Amino acid sequence: MGGHTADDIKKSVRTYMVVFAALAALTVLTVAASYLDLATGPTIALALLIATVKGSLVAMFFMHLIDERRAVYWILGLTVVFFIVLMLLPLGTVSDTTGVG
Amino acid sequence: MQIPYTVEERPDTGLYNAKLGVWLFLASEVMLFGALFSTYVLLRTGADAWPEGSSILNVPLATLNTMVLIASSVTMVMSWASLKLDNFPKYKLYMGLTWLLAFVFLIVKYFEYSAKFSHHLYPSTNNFLAIYFVLTGLHMLHVIGGMVVNGYLWGPGAKMWKTDPERFTNRIEIAGLYWHFVDLVWIFLFPVLYLL
Repeated sequence: MGGHTADDIKKSVRTYMVVFAALAALTVLTVAASYLDLATGPTIALALLIATVKGSLVAMFFMHLIDERRAVYWILGLTVVFFIVLMLLPLGTVSDTTGVG
Repeated sequence: MQIPYTVEERPDTGLYNAKLGVWLFLASEVMLFGALFSTYVLLRTGADAWPEGSSILNVPLATLNTMVLIASSVTMVMSWASLKLDNFPKYKLYMGLTWLLAFVFLIVKYFEYSAKFSHHLYPSTNNFLAIYFVLTGLHMLHVIGGMVVNGYLWGPGAKMWKTDPERFTNRIEIAGLYWHFVDLVWIFLFPVLYLL
């Protein structure tokens, strides 16, 4: 993220408003989707998918990750790896009772 | 002696100090909330019975709070953009709005929590409520922490705009990164606790 000109910032402001509208719509969609009569697995998958899309919009545009430096991508990449391990490792200890793994 | 790279970027990382620091801090916060989400998964998959969030929790209020926090993220980034456009009054407006929206979030949470307590629903009642109160309570503490920082940057901290405007703008940028992260956590908390 190098220097921003005034025009760059003004363009970004328009983007922020579009992202805000998208986040509002996706919030409504999240609640609406919860009323669908899906099985447990698809329900969870759909809720997490919509949340991931919303989170990505916040990260990409509000947190400016879309044009950030490589150092930040490395930090986040490592964090994702550790986060996945954090989620999966405990599940491995109870996989016999949960039917996972 | 001046601390280097408070404004100009380090040649190796391309970042100024505070931005690197905040991203590292947010990485640690991912592990903190991740551990609690992992707890939620373990508790739920190991339980014989687990209530649907909507049967106990107030979905309309939480939906309102989701919109409030998203709006506060918009006003936060607008406060930074205002400084980049050299518009200090607009910065004060947007940062003030961010703080007020955070306050609204807390008010709504107060009504939610007090409704639970008045129905004798406490963290000790069952595992669902335990993880609900821990996750949302920790998130709420992060909101309060953000309000303290943002309040300082709106008030006494704003003096730096006169003496070192670039460094002050950077402070708003990194405060924004923290604030967007708080919003991001709620974006996942809301469907997981209230809708699943």
